[in-house]
Amino acid sequence: MTVLIPVIIPLSAIVLLIATRRWLIAQYIISMISMTVLVINALSLLTTLQLKGYLTYQASGWPAPFGITLIADQFSAIMLLAVAVVGWLVMMYAIGFVDAARKKAGFFILVQGLFAGVNGALVTGDLFNLYVWFEVMIMASFVLITHGAEKQQLRGAVKYVVLNLIGSVFLVSTIGLVYSKTGTLNMAQLAMMIQQQDVSELMNSYLMLFFIAFGIKAAVFPFFFWLPASYPTPPIAITAFFSATLTKVGVYTIIRFYSLYVDHDGFAWKEIILWMAAATMIFGVLMAASSFDFRKILSFHIISQIGYMIMGLGIFTINSLAGAVFFVVHNMFSKTAAFMAAGLVYKLRGTYELKDSGWVYKDKPLFALLFFLPALSLAGLPPTSGFFGKLFLILAGFESEDWAITITALVVSIFTLFSMVKIWNEVYWKKPAEHTVLSHQPVKVNLLPVAATVAIVLLMLLPGVFAGSLFGYFSRAAAQLMDVESYIKAVFP
Amino acid sequence: MASEIFKIAAVQLRPILLVLSLIVLYRGHNEPGGGFIGGIMAGMGFVLYAMAVGVEKARKSRTIKPVSFMGLGLFFALISGLFAPFSGVGLFMQGVWTEIELPWGSAIKLGTPLLFDAGVYLLVTGMITSIMYAIMEE
Repeated sequence: MTVLIPVIIPLSAIVLLIATRRWLIAQYIISMISMTVLVINALSLLTTLQLKGYLTYQASGWPAPFGITLIADQFSAIMLLAVAVVGWLVMMYAIGFVDAARKKAGFFILVQGLFAGVNGALVTGDLFNLYVWFEVMIMASFVLITHGAEKQQLRGAVKYVVLNLIGSVFLVSTIGLVYSKTGTLNMAQLAMMIQQQDVSELMNSYLMLFFIAFGIKAAVFPFFFWLPASYPTPPIAITAFFSATLTKVGVYTIIRFYSLYVDHDGFAWKEIILWMAAATMIFGVLMAASSFDFRKILSFHIISQIGYMIMGLGIFTINSLAGAVFFVVHNMFSKTAAFMAAGLVYKLRGTYELKDSGWVYKDKPLFALLFFLPALSLAGLPPTSGFFGKLFLILAGFESEDWAITITALVVSIFTLFSMVKIWNEVYWKKPAEHTVLSHQPVKVNLLPVAATVAIVLLMLLPGVFAGSLFGYFSRAAAQLMDVESYIKAVFP
Repeated sequence: MASEIFKIAAVQLRPILLVLSLIVLYRGHNEPGGGFIGGIMAGMGFVLYAMAVGVEKARKSRTIKPVSFMGLGLFFALISGLFAPFSGVGLFMQGVWTEIELPWGSAIKLGTPLLFDAGVYLLVTGMITSIMYAIMEE
C-alpha cells in the first residue's frame, strides 16, 4: 500500500477540499495534512526500500503485464520525499502569500491535483499510465498558471499550453508506436524484450521520440522556450510549486527511460545527451545573464541546471548518476528557496524588476540572507548543497574523461555566479536610483512565508553538511537504477 | 435563442436526456455506453435547458452545484477503488460484485466498476455544465 498512498492521498484531499471549498481554514488544514502524510509515507517508503530494494503493487490484482503496475525503487522514493518536503514548505508559504480571491477559486484543489500527477508519474511502472499522470499534472498546471487570469499570465500560458500539448502528442503517439511494435505497455516487460530480442535498432527511433517528449517537459535544449515565457507570470508561490515538480519529473522520466532502455554503448546516445546537456547549460545561463527581472533570471537558471542533471545522466557511471540524483534534489530545494526569497522581496518592494529595486539588505537583513544562501547554492559555492552537487558531477566527468562537458560545466558555474551577483547587487545592495520611489508601505509580509523560507533554506544547507553519507545513499540508488535485471525481477517475480 | 419551439423542447428534453443518460450509464457495462457518454448526455440536458431559459435561471434551478457534482464523482471513483482493500477482499481497484434479485424474477449485477462509472458520469456532468455555464455567461 505504501506505493499507492502517494497517489491516493492527494486524490482524497481533492474530494475533501471540494466539499469544504467555502471555508478557507479547512482548506489550509486539509492541504497541510495531505502534505504531512505524503512526507511521512515517503519516509517510510525510503526505509522499507533500504531493506527490500523494490516495492511493487499490481492494481486491481491483475498480474504484471496485464494490469497496471506501480513500482518504487530508491530513486523514486528519494524523489517522492523531496517533492513532498518541498511541497509541504511551499504549501505553508502559499497559505501566507497567495491572495484570498485565488485561494477561494480552488487554488488548493489544483495544487493537490498537481501533486497527484507528480506522485503518480514517480511510482508508475506502465507507459500509458505514465502518460495519464503526466496529463493530470499538466492539466493542473495549466489551470494554476492561468489562475487569476491576469493579462501577462494568459500570454505566458498560451506558450506553455501549446508546447506542452505538443509534448503530450509526442508522448502518446510514441507509446502507441511502441505498443504496436512490441505489444506491451509494461515498462519492465519492454525492458525485458529489449534485452532478449534484438530490437534495439528500432527502439532507438522510439526512444528518440520519447526523449523529445520528455525533453519538452523537462525544458532541455532546444525545447525549453515555454519555460521562461510562462514561469515568471503567475504568483511566485505557484512558480515555486512548479520549479519543485514539473521539470524535475521530466528529468526523472528521462533518467528512468535512459537507464532502463537505452543501449548506451551503441548508437550515439552519449554524445547526443552530452551535447544537449552542454547546450542547455550554456543557453540557460547566457539568457539569464541578459535578463533583468528577478523571476526571469531564476527561470532561465532552471534551464541551465537541467543541463547539469542531463550531463550526469549522459556520462552514465554510478558516480555521475548519483551526482545527477543529488543535483536534482539539491535543485528542487535551492531553486524553490530562491523563488520564495524573490517573493518576499516582491512583498517588500512591489516589483520584480532589478532596476526598480534596491536596499533590501538595509531594510530587511533577514530577507537578504534568505536569498544569499540559495544563491550561493545555485552558483555552487561551498559549503552549500550546490557545491557538492557540482563537485560530484565534475569529479565523475573527470573520472570518465569527458573533458569538454566537464569544462563547460565549470565555466557555466562562473556565469551562474555572475547572475547571482547581479541580483544581489541590484536588489539587495544597491542604493536605489534617485528617481525611483521605493514603496515604504508598512510591510505586511506575514510570518508564514518567512518561516517557510527560513525552513527551506535550512533544509537546503543540510545536504551540504551530510554530503558524504547522502552521496553514499544516492550511489546505491544509482546502482539500483543501472541494474535493469532486478527491476524486471521485481515486477515479474 | 428566442425560438419558442426550442424553449419548450429544451425544457421537455431535460428529463428525457437525464433518464436516457442513466440507461446509457448502466448498459455501458457489456454494451456500448458508459459513464463518460452518459455524463455528456446528462450535461447536454442541463446545457440545453440553460440555453433555453438563461444561465442564471438554470443555475438557480439546480440544488446541487456543478462543482459538487465533480467532487461527488471523484468521491465515488475513489470509493470504488478503495472498496476492495478496505473490505479485505482484494487489491486497489479490484472489482467486487453482488447480485440483487428483483421481485419479478430477473437479477441485476452491481459492483464497484459500476460505481466507478457512476463517478465518471457525475464528474463529466459537473465538468461540462460548469464549463458551459462559464462560457455562456461571458
